[in-house]
Amino acid sequence: MLLIHCPYCEEERPELEFRGAGDAHILRPTNIADISDEEFEAFFFLRDNVKGLVYERWRHIHGCGRFFNAARDTVSDKFVTTYKAGLPRPDLSPAPKATETTVETYEATEGVAG
Amino acid sequence: MAEQALRKAPLGGFNGGSAAAHVSAAAPATRLSLRAAPDAVAALSKALGLDLPTRPKTSASAKGQHALWLGPDEWLLIDEQGADLAAVAAKSGVLHSAVDVSHRNTAILVAGPKAAQAIASASPHDLSASAFPVGACARTVLGKIEVVIYRAGEQEYRVECWRSFSPYAFGVLAEGAEDAAH
Ligand SMILES: [Zn+2]
Repeated sequence: MLLIHCPYCEEERPELEFRGAGDAHILRPTNIADISDEEFEAFFFLRDNVKGLVYERWRHIHGCGRFFNAARDTVSDKFVTTYKAGLPRPDLSPAPKATETTVETYEATEGVAG
Repeated sequence: MAEQALRKAPLGGFNGGSAAAHVSAAAPATRLSLRAAPDAVAALSKALGLDLPTRPKTSASAKGQHALWLGPDEWLLIDEQGADLAAVAAKSGVLHSAVDVSHRNTAILVAGPKAAQAIASASPHDLSASAFPVGACARTVLGKIEVVIYRAGEQEYRVECWRSFSPYAFGVLAEGAEDAAH
């Protein structure tokens, strides 16, 4: 089971207490009534679904109840860091970038069972 | 025909577990789901007569009344004497949200040398002594339901769950307590 660090509880807690809530840092347009259907679709439905580092909203729903943000790697499922809602994306510039050549074997992502 | 509906405790008479961890239904208590911003905490604490905890997983207790930290602006208050907690909180005169959940919740007491193991049989929460000392509390999961666990003593835990889930919670804990004895 994954342990996820909740920035409000200030400790790692079991993943069963959490629920994912989609991409983070999606800004609602301030002129929502004026934008075209296509622009609304892009804001509301279209996500990048990248391979590698993503910024997501998570909720400690069976814990403190708070929403927070997480930087997570979609290849390894590793949580790189978590931070409070409302804070800007953390600078993770030297973060490894997933490429097409990333090998996705069980051993590479989970380690060899001991 | 009955003149009046009789009050029936959700786990009336339930008793189980093992010598390692005894599982029983807690006595009725009043409960309040309290939410308030940081600037209201001092006045609410004064009205309640106990300092609302502001650190994660901590609680405050005085004279059968307990305030459990659930989130940065959320507490579960429990009064074993049955005080009207919403009325007490209202005396604070500051903005807050108070919902009486006395009958939404019921509690199961797990006590004994292996009480923590009995709960841990169905909960992923870390109940080890260093992570969960006496007085610690947390909302978490137990099997398929959400619960609030409060460590009332060295070998005593109070598991708060929703009333309709209580037979399930009791079964899970009693089973865990029997396993913990082996
Ligand atoms: Zn939390």
